[in-house]
Amino acid sequence: MKAFLRDRKVRDIFWQVLATIALVAVVVFFVKNASDNMVKAGIASGFNFLWRDSGIEVPFNLTGYKPSDTIWALLWTGIVNTILVSVASVFLATVVGFTVGLMRLSRNWLLSTLAAVYIEFVRNIPLLFFVLFWYFGVLAALPTPKESFDFLGVIFLNRRGLSIPTPNDLGGFRLALLAILVLIVAQIVLARWARARQARTGQDFPVWIAGFALCGALPLALLVAAGAVTSWDQPILRGFNYRGGFVLVPEFVALFMALSTYTAGFIAEVVRGGIQSVRQGQIDAARALGLTPGRVVRLVVIPQAMPVITPPITSQYLNLIKNSSFGAAIAYPEIVAVFMGSALVATGQAIEIIAITLGIYLAIGLAVSVFMNWYNARHKLVTR
Amino acid sequence: MKTAAPPLPGWLAILRQRLFATWLDTVASLLCLYVVWRVSLPLVDWLLVEASWQGASRDDCTSRGACWVFIRARFAQFMYGQYPVPERWRVDLLGLLVLFAGLALSWRGLPRRKETAIAAAIVLPPIGIWLLHGGFGLKIVETREWGGLMLTLFLAIYAGLIAVPLGILLALGRRSRLPLIRFASVVFIEFWRGVPIITVIFLASLLLPLIMPTGFNVDRLARAVIGLAFVIAAYMAEAVRGGLQALPDGQTEAAQALGLGYWRITRLIVLPQALRISLPAMTNEFISLFKSTTLVLIVSIFDLLGIAQAALADPAWVGMNMEAYVFAGAIYWFACFGLSQWSRSQEKRLQAAHGR
Repeated sequence: MKAFLRDRKVRDIFWQVLATIALVAVVVFFVKNASDNMVKAGIASGFNFLWRDSGIEVPFNLTGYKPSDTIWALLWTGIVNTILVSVASVFLATVVGFTVGLMRLSRNWLLSTLAAVYIEFVRNIPLLFFVLFWYFGVLAALPTPKESFDFLGVIFLNRRGLSIPTPNDLGGFRLALLAILVLIVAQIVLARWARARQARTGQDFPVWIAGFALCGALPLALLVAAGAVTSWDQPILRGFNYRGGFVLVPEFVALFMALSTYTAGFIAEVVRGGIQSVRQGQIDAARALGLTPGRVVRLVVIPQAMPVITPPITSQYLNLIKNSSFGAAIAYPEIVAVFMGSALVATGQAIEIIAITLGIYLAIGLAVSVFMNWYNARHKLVTR
Repeated sequence: MKTAAPPLPGWLAILRQRLFATWLDTVASLLCLYVVWRVSLPLVDWLLVEASWQGASRDDCTSRGACWVFIRARFAQFMYGQYPVPERWRVDLLGLLVLFAGLALSWRGLPRRKETAIAAAIVLPPIGIWLLHGGFGLKIVETREWGGLMLTLFLAIYAGLIAVPLGILLALGRRSRLPLIRFASVVFIEFWRGVPIITVIFLASLLLPLIMPTGFNVDRLARAVIGLAFVIAAYMAEAVRGGLQALPDGQTEAAQALGLGYWRITRLIVLPQALRISLPAMTNEFISLFKSTTLVLIVSIFDLLGIAQAALADPAWVGMNMEAYVFAGAIYWFACFGLSQWSRSQEKRLQAAHGR
């Protein structure tokens, strides 16, 4: 009997059964209370409410949503707004983050100190502070539409938001996009050919310069040309406000600025760490082989730094997406504000709405981490 | 023929090497200097030179600069929120107690330091709640009257007190031999790490009253503390797991060979070493907890940032947005920067101790 009680397998099973019983008991206790409380409050559970009319006004939407649409459509509007602000912020945060991270590594004392000041400033203050600061501190202090800041007479910034022109028809841009796709394919083919030729004959081809022309300069010229031939819906001051074009509401601008500048500080640290992880010996060796400084960076530093940089940067992107929920604090209509806020108040379906909202964020997180695992497996540094 | 440039005096050479090494460097440096010049001058002007310091009302702010009179007039609010004035000594007393305990425990020569620390962690929190909330001879102060910096610190410390032990347990669970316990820990950790904190605070304030038996009321502030604590516990667990993984297997194996059981190995061998390694990572999680406490604004609990935000609505002080934000922001910055510097010094001490 004593030997039986001391057997490791028996004890393992005993502890696991005990833990399971405790967990199940806690869950049953909570669920029972919840259902009792809901019966008392007269709340019917279920997901039928999603097809009811919402009756909720959303001031900023790209989906053509109207208050007479269903709650389902309201949720979709929130998702689109979350994606919009996340994508825009990821883009700016990456650009600023890489710039600041590289500045931090500069030999130039002023550049690196400025970058350090930026990083320490941004990382040690709560994000909500920046969101409120941009919204109530900066944007509220902007001039009225009559005295807007104007950028080249086409974009106008005032306290009602940022007015930008929109193209009337997309024909020109579609053509340009098609041409750009062709150029990208051409670049891929060219790169393959150049690599094959180098492997065969050792002869070198300036792929990067060609790539810069094919995938950078030419597409830009095409887009400018397409813009020149298209007619634009211009924002024009009529009465007290700008009409025409598209207005990015101040809530969007504030959240976008706060998210991107905040996350940029974290990305900068990731970039710095990644580049510093490339050992000096590698760079010295590359120089000793006679590679030019540009090639040292391109062929030795970047390929070794990127695998170090990518995983933490992805988790920063994921944080940014989760942090876009801070929009709820300034009533930017993203998922949490329209769904967990307005729709929940209107319907009272707390459990269902919370479950859906959390489910969306968990699904986004899962999708990103699956993609990341795939990417890491593909780009793993091959070592011998 | 080119002649070598005459050697420059020391500081000029350094300046040249650091700022003007190439023409590109020179351009960048001059650009930086210009930006710093354009930004810092008006900033210093607004913050200090042109600012108004003396007075009692908005009319005393006659200059173009910041109106620090506003901060002076509302300073007590920023610290205590709506906490009743005659009872504020309780907050001060608790602050002094915590400060004293912290100072005593940071002195390395303290006899029985570990035991004292554990005793303080067990005894002080209930005393704190008693002092702040009242009862047993003290006047009751409802939590909705709490606010300001005091509330921020309360949220961070109490959520941290729950999050640290819970996080350690979760980290141990994630590395457990038992598949069911491992599975439950992984689900808990990944769930809370995967959702935004703002939704968790919503969730806690909406669901906690729902899942409790009827008539059992969870205080509004307690809900926020629990919500924050769960999320941070999940992040803490990952920080602790880093320390557990860094520990060589030989440590556990040697302890097993000596005949110690799981809990004794964990308590005497594994945790003391693993926690020391995880300390910097755990401090970073605490910093992010401290920053996250601001989110309670969303359920109308007025912490430091919330009080600053509410102060903007005061008709007697219209247009003090910048002053309120700069003041609150500075407090957050100094707190977080101080903590992160401390964490860095701990990391260095650790590395030195390991002879690396």
